[in-house]
Amino acid sequence: MSLDVSLQTDPGAISDDPVIEARRQIEICNACRYCEGFCSVFPAITRDKVFTDGDVTQLANLCHNCRGCYYACQYTAPHEFDLNLPAALAAARVESWERFAWPAGLAHLFQTRGEALAVALVAGCALLFALIAMLPGEGAGFYAWLSHGAMVAIFLPAFLLPLLAIALGLRRYWQEVGGRPVAVADLVAAFGSAARLKNLSGGQGQGCNFEKEDRYSDARRHAHHAVMYGFLLCFAATCVATILHYGFAMKAPYGFWSLPKLLGVPGGVLLVLGCAGMLALRSRADPALGAPGRSSAERAFIWLLGFVGLTGLLLYALRDTWLTGPMLALHLGSVLAFFLLTPYSKMAHGFYRLAALVREAQIVRTSAAADRSEA
Amino acid sequence: MMKPSSDPLRLQSHEWDIVIAGGGNAALCAAIEGAEAGAKVLILEAAPEVYRGGNSRHTRNFRCMHHGPLGPLVGTYDEDEFWQDLLRVTKGETDEDLARHCIRMSAECLPWMQAHGVRFQPSLAGTLSLDRTNAFFLGGGKALVNAYYLTAQDLGVTVAYDAQVRHVAIDGKRATHLEVEIAGQRIDIAAKAFVLAAGGFQADLDWLARAWGPAARNFLIRGTPYNRGVVLKDMQDQDAQMVGDPTQCHAVAIDGRAPKYDGGIVTRLDCVPFSIVVNKDAKRFYDEGEDVWPKRYAIWGRLVAAQPDQVAYSIIDSRSIDLFMPSVYPPVAADSIGELAVKLGLPAAELAETVAGFNAACRPGRFHPQELDGVATEGLEPAKTNWARPIAEPPFYAYALRPGVTFTYLGLKVDRTARVSGPDGPYDNIWSAGEMMAGSILGQGYMAGTGMTIGTVFGRIAGQEAAKHVA
Ligand code: SF4
Ligand code: SF4
Repeated sequence: MSLDVSLQTDPGAISDDPVIEARRQIEICNACRYCEGFCSVFPAITRDKVFTDGDVTQLANLCHNCRGCYYACQYTAPHEFDLNLPAALAAARVESWERFAWPAGLAHLFQTRGEALAVALVAGCALLFALIAMLPGEGAGFYAWLSHGAMVAIFLPAFLLPLLAIALGLRRYWQEVGGRPVAVADLVAAFGSAARLKNLSGGQGQGCNFEKEDRYSDARRHAHHAVMYGFLLCFAATCVATILHYGFAMKAPYGFWSLPKLLGVPGGVLLVLGCAGMLALRSRADPALGAPGRSSAERAFIWLLGFVGLTGLLLYALRDTWLTGPMLALHLGSVLAFFLLTPYSKMAHGFYRLAALVREAQIVRTSAAADRSEA
Repeated sequence: MMKPSSDPLRLQSHEWDIVIAGGGNAALCAAIEGAEAGAKVLILEAAPEVYRGGNSRHTRNFRCMHHGPLGPLVGTYDEDEFWQDLLRVTKGETDEDLARHCIRMSAECLPWMQAHGVRFQPSLAGTLSLDRTNAFFLGGGKALVNAYYLTAQDLGVTVAYDAQVRHVAIDGKRATHLEVEIAGQRIDIAAKAFVLAAGGFQADLDWLARAWGPAARNFLIRGTPYNRGVVLKDMQDQDAQMVGDPTQCHAVAIDGRAPKYDGGIVTRLDCVPFSIVVNKDAKRFYDEGEDVWPKRYAIWGRLVAAQPDQVAYSIIDSRSIDLFMPSVYPPVAADSIGELAVKLGLPAAELAETVAGFNAACRPGRFHPQELDGVATEGLEPAKTNWARPIAEPPFYAYALRPGVTFTYLGLKVDRTARVSGPDGPYDNIWSAGEMMAGSILGQGYMAGTGMTIGTVFGRIAGQEAAKHVA
């Protein structure tokens, strides 16, 4: 039995490299372990004594920046160990998304620069205004402004290409963290945690320390829940509408009591409220505990997501008025920007986080099996 | 909610019921009890806000008597077992009446702590043996300290940081005011009652050197640099009754590269039982395999303190590197003993001889890291009585060891009501809690979580009694 101690870092050697710095702090935590009950990062740390780059990436993607471990830490600055695990893991995390993204330069651009997202949004809307002006409409409702065929021609690739990029990124992630073939049980466990945002509960349901410093609060969990379920409802509404369109030849516009609207309207409301909540919380949270250099792009991303929801609601509210055309351009333009930016913006975190949860479930399952066979 | 304020003039002109010197666990428990009884309370914390909480910041659990499962605790830990444990570690250097009172009161403290914001978690990885006796704080001692500060502030307690108490002004049997230095300004703060909970003197190296000898300057201080014993010394100078050996401190062997102050838990080093330990002359000096490490690490603090330059080196081979909790400092590694000696600055020939002598004295046996395996050396002085396996498989690894001081034993004598005694018997209005009086109960040795037990029990008592006095 031997151990590659050459991977160990001097605890006093603070580094500018996100992975090396995260490793330094993880090693200190492993010698301390006081925060074990906060989240699944610490139990994962205590399984090892030294940490490869892949281990650091996996741990970084397990962390959701609740900040409990920062406010509880006796080694934060001005202590010479300068612990700030939420920021160290956030830095390693965003850096990993940028490394895995294809093409990588795009991810760096859209994760560091809020203006870039704004430009993408304006460009998306401008394109849609232009298309609506140029192309003939057909049918009723918003198809009178832009034909169904034109919409499909734009959005099918705009949906599939980013998915392909995400898949490539996830494959790189899986290779780096040493993932094995996935079992159904791992997926069940991972989706279970994600659906409840279990790890945002602070370990005991007391919430996290995002915006109130050392006081616990559930506000971020609630806001994030609203965004996530709002988004999923809107997405479901679109899927249902597609099925109705092709499977049952039922074409938009749909009435209020139709399935697409019953899913989409509450979804849009949740999304808008959730995004507003997240922005309000961020404005109170200490930026020094988040991903360094990424806060403007992360804020811009929340604005973008909220804008998608808001324009969707307005489009519905202003139907049958002369404003339908401009609203349609704004809504579809923002959706377009959002889709295309998915692999390169904060949106990517959802996919990597899920992958990290799957990998964690896998490690727990296989090490439990190993324990059983040893016993 | 009253904002913590350090405006000296406002603090001076305010009419306080209870003023508390100190800002750690004991001080906070006293403040919360006092405020809940309706008293106007001021906490004077010597450290700046980021370093508030004294040594409580570095603690992780609370030893607690209980019958049946309680919070995170399993099984039963009754008064007698707790008392026997205490008797054993202190070798009788304890006040039975006070100790038993403390043990009995600990049971009701755990729910009280929960009700005042403290959260517990199951025993940490690697500490399973404590899951019956010690309740671990979620996030450790700093999280506990944070929770108490929030509770105290919600109750209207005022907190002044960077506030160093220089002198307790006593007139006969009554304290009248404290002389305090805040932000370079010297002010007098009067109150009806005073709680002294400002810790021991372990961070004052000059004092340690006077008590222990010049070697103490090479000691590392595991906890806060703010426990300089100023209030303790001031009370001693005014002939308050003292307890505890004034020359002794609790020291354990920690990684020699640890920070001078405040290194805390992570500087712990658990490799000694699987190693040989040599001094700077490359000579062994004690049985490394005498017992499991948690029972021996305090002894090694003293042993290393007695070596030249207060330093020692624990040496293992590649077969043992994975047998203990990870150390936060990477080991010094080398492919030969000679190279290791050079890297450590030890005399190479002597180290080679020591290792060879040890290896030759090892006998075959079933090496078992988890228990006392009886695999001992033969004909070696000093012997290694367990885990004696040759240091033979490169790479070889070494960790430097130095004594790390945790706390000092000297304290104020108190009675069951936490009241401090002067030359003519108990003072009318001075109470004490925490490390400042713990020497009454922990006169020698240490047992995990007991400091927090004493601090919580007597902190609460001091707060209640002081509040009764001012009511
Ligand atoms: S964050 Fe700090 S307190 Fe928590 S485990 Fe790490 S070193 Fe320990
Ligand atoms: S910030 Fe929260 S989730 Fe991340 S490591 Fe710390 S406690 Fe865990």
